[in-house]
Amino acid sequence: MTQAAVQTDTIEMTYREAVKQALRDAMKRDERVFLMGEDVGRYGGCYAVSHGLLAEFGPERIRDTPLSESGFTGAGIGAAMAGMRPIVELMTVNFSLLALDQILNTAATVRHMSGNQFGVPLVIRMATGAGRQLAAQHSHSLEGWYAHIPGIKVLAPATLEDARGMLWTALQDPDPVLIFENVMLYNMTGKLAADAGPVDIDKAAVRRAGRDISLITYGGSLWKTLEAASALAADGIEAEVIDLRSLRPLDDATIMASVGKTRRAVIVDEGWRSGSLAAEVGMRVVEQAFWSLDAPIGRVCSEEVPIPYPRHLENAAIPQAPKIVAAAKAALGRA
Amino acid sequence: MTARADKPHLSREHMLELLRQMIRIRRFEDKCAELYTQEKIRGFLHLYDGEEAVAVGVIPVLEKRDRIVATYREHGHALVRGVPMKTVMAEMYGKQEGCSRGRGGSMHLFDAATNFYGGNAIVGGGLPLAVGLGLADHMQGHNLVIACFFGEGAVAEGEFHESLNLAALWGLPVLFVCENNFYAMGTALAISESETDIHRKAESYGVVSEAVDGMDVVAVEAAARRAVQAVRENRKPYFLECRTYRLRAHSMFDPQLYRDKAEVEARRKNEPIVRFQGWLQANQMIHPEDLSRIEAEIDAEIAEAVAFAETGTWEPVEQLTRFTYAESDASAIGKMP
Ligand SMILES: Cc1ncc(C[n+]2csc(CCOP(=O)(O)OP(=O)(O)O)c2C)c(N)n1
Repeated sequence: MTQAAVQTDTIEMTYREAVKQALRDAMKRDERVFLMGEDVGRYGGCYAVSHGLLAEFGPERIRDTPLSESGFTGAGIGAAMAGMRPIVELMTVNFSLLALDQILNTAATVRHMSGNQFGVPLVIRMATGAGRQLAAQHSHSLEGWYAHIPGIKVLAPATLEDARGMLWTALQDPDPVLIFENVMLYNMTGKLAADAGPVDIDKAAVRRAGRDISLITYGGSLWKTLEAASALAADGIEAEVIDLRSLRPLDDATIMASVGKTRRAVIVDEGWRSGSLAAEVGMRVVEQAFWSLDAPIGRVCSEEVPIPYPRHLENAAIPQAPKIVAAAKAALGRA
Repeated sequence: MTARADKPHLSREHMLELLRQMIRIRRFEDKCAELYTQEKIRGFLHLYDGEEAVAVGVIPVLEKRDRIVATYREHGHALVRGVPMKTVMAEMYGKQEGCSRGRGGSMHLFDAATNFYGGNAIVGGGLPLAVGLGLADHMQGHNLVIACFFGEGAVAEGEFHESLNLAALWGLPVLFVCENNFYAMGTALAISESETDIHRKAESYGVVSEAVDGMDVVAVEAAARRAVQAVRENRKPYFLECRTYRLRAHSMFDPQLYRDKAEVEARRKNEPIVRFQGWLQANQMIHPEDLSRIEAEIDAEIAEAVAFAETGTWEPVEQLTRFTYAESDASAIGKMP
C-alpha cells in the first residue's frame, strides 16, 4: 500500500472533548500527573471539560479544591517542584487574578532566583475570552498580559489538534506553561485523527495561505479571522492567516516569512488595544521586517472598555469578522 | 415595613410583609427563569430560590442610609432594599433603563439611591469593599452600618480572612452576612472547609459571631436586629451565619451532578415560604384572601416590570466606551450619595 492510500481514521468531536482526551491521556501516561481546581471533580468542570474523569481516576488525582485560587495554584507550584506533574485548572482567567502573585512572583521566578537549582514543571489551564454576555468581571482576555512575563510559556490552542496535543508537550516542559482555552471554542466540533497526539508548542501555523496580506491572530479570534479571509477572497483578496499558537515565546520566523511575502499585516487580538499582544507583534514586525512593509500595520483589538452585558455592546467591544475585513482592506488601500 | 426597630414586631401586618417580600422575590425570579429560556435574559442567572429568608430577614432592619454589598446572587437583596423592580428587570434585559444602565446585567445590580453597592461576581470580592465602606464611615463618623452578603464558598478565599481581620483590627461597622447554602457550585461545604462551623472562623478573629437558621425568616430577623444594633452601638464588626439551602441549580447551566434529587426535595418541603406560610396559617395570622391579594399585587408588579423592560431601549453602540472613566457631565453618571 502506498503512503497516499493510507486513510487515517478521524473522529468527530468537540474542542471540549479534545481537551478531555488530552487530560485522560496525560493521566494514563504519567502517574505523577494530577488535575486540581474548583469543581473539576464532582461538578464535572465548570465547562464540563473534566466530566467523567473523577469516576475514572478518583478524588486524589481529580482533586476538587476550595475557592482558594492563590492557595492551590501555589500548591501546584510546590508539588511540581517536588516531582509531581500537576495540572492546575483555574476556572477562568478572571479568577486567575487571585493567583497572579503565585504565578508571577513564584512560578515564573523560582528557576532564575534559585540560580537554576529549582524549576517548576507546572501546567495551568484556564478558560479565557468574552462572547457569552457574562459582563465586565467574567469576560477578560488577559493571555497577552501573561505573555509579558519571562519565565512562563503561554499557549493558545485554537484547533482540535492543539487542544488535544499541546497539553502533553506542555507537561514535558521543565518550566511553567499556561494554556488558555477560549470559552467560545468548547462547543466547536470538528474532525480529529483517531491517533492524534502531542504537538509542538513553539511554532506558529499558517492556517490559510495567501499572498496579499498577513492576518495574524490566535485562540478564539482565529475562526473570526478565517471567516474574514473567506469574505476577502470573495473580493479577490488572498489573505494569509497565521495562528500564533504560542504567545510566549512568539515564533518570529513564521510571522516574518509571511509578512515578507505579503508585505502587509493586520493583527487580531481579543485583548484591549493599549499594551496588547497585538502591539508586541506589530512592533516585532517593525523591528524585523520594516523594509518589507508596503502599508502601516493594522490592529483589530477589543475596545478600551470593560465588557458590557448587552449583546450588541459586547459584540461591538470585541473583534468581529467585518472589522477584520475592514482593517485588511484599509491596509490594502481598498477601504 | 418600618426601617428601624429594636425589638421584634409580631404584628400581623409585619408578618404579612415578611411573607410578601419572600413571595415577591420568588415570583420575580420564577419569571426571570422563564425569560431566560426565552433568551430575553442572557449570561449567567443565579437564583435565590430557598434563600429568600436571609435578605428579607436582614435588609429591612437596616436604615435607609446604611450601605449594602452583595454578590451575583443578589436579585432578592436589591428588591427588598427597594431598588424598583422595573429597573431591576430592565437591567436583566440589558436595557439602558436598567438600574446599572444595562451594562451589568443580572450579576451587577447597583443602585446609588438605595446605597446598594452592587453585585460583585468575583467570589469574596465584595468583602474588602465592605471593609472600605466601613473604614470611610469610621473616619467620617456617620454611624452607618455596612451589610455585606456572601456565600460560604467565599470563606476559603484569602480576601475573607483579610477582611475579617481588618474589620476587627480597626473596629469597623461591618455586618458580615454569610449565606451558607452548603454548596459552592458543586462543592459541598465539607469538601472545601476543614472547619465547617463557619461562624467560628469569625470568632477566631475576635468578631462577635452567631449562626442562625436561615430558613426561618423570623429567626433571621431577630438575629439581624441584635446584629445591626450591636454594630451601630459598638462600632465593631459582627458576623451572622445564616444556614440556608439553594434549591435550584447554581446558575442556569448546572446539571447538579453533585447532589441527590432526594436531598433537594426534602429541603423543598421545608423552604422558607412554605414554612412561614404554614406557621402563619396554623396561628390564624393569615387568611386565604390575604394570600390571593398578595399574589395578585406581586403579579401585577412583575407584569409592569416586564412591560417596562420590554419597552426599554438599547443603548446606542456609539456610546460603547462611556463610563470607563468619569464624565465631566456629572448628571450622566448618576449622583453619588
Ligand atoms: C474568585 C472566584 N472564583 C471562582 C468563581 C466562580 N464561581 C462563581 S460562584 C461560585 C460558587 C460560590 O459559592 P458560594 O460563595 O457558596 O455562593 P453561592 O453561589 O452558593 O451563593 C464559583 C466557584 C468566581 N466567581 N470567583
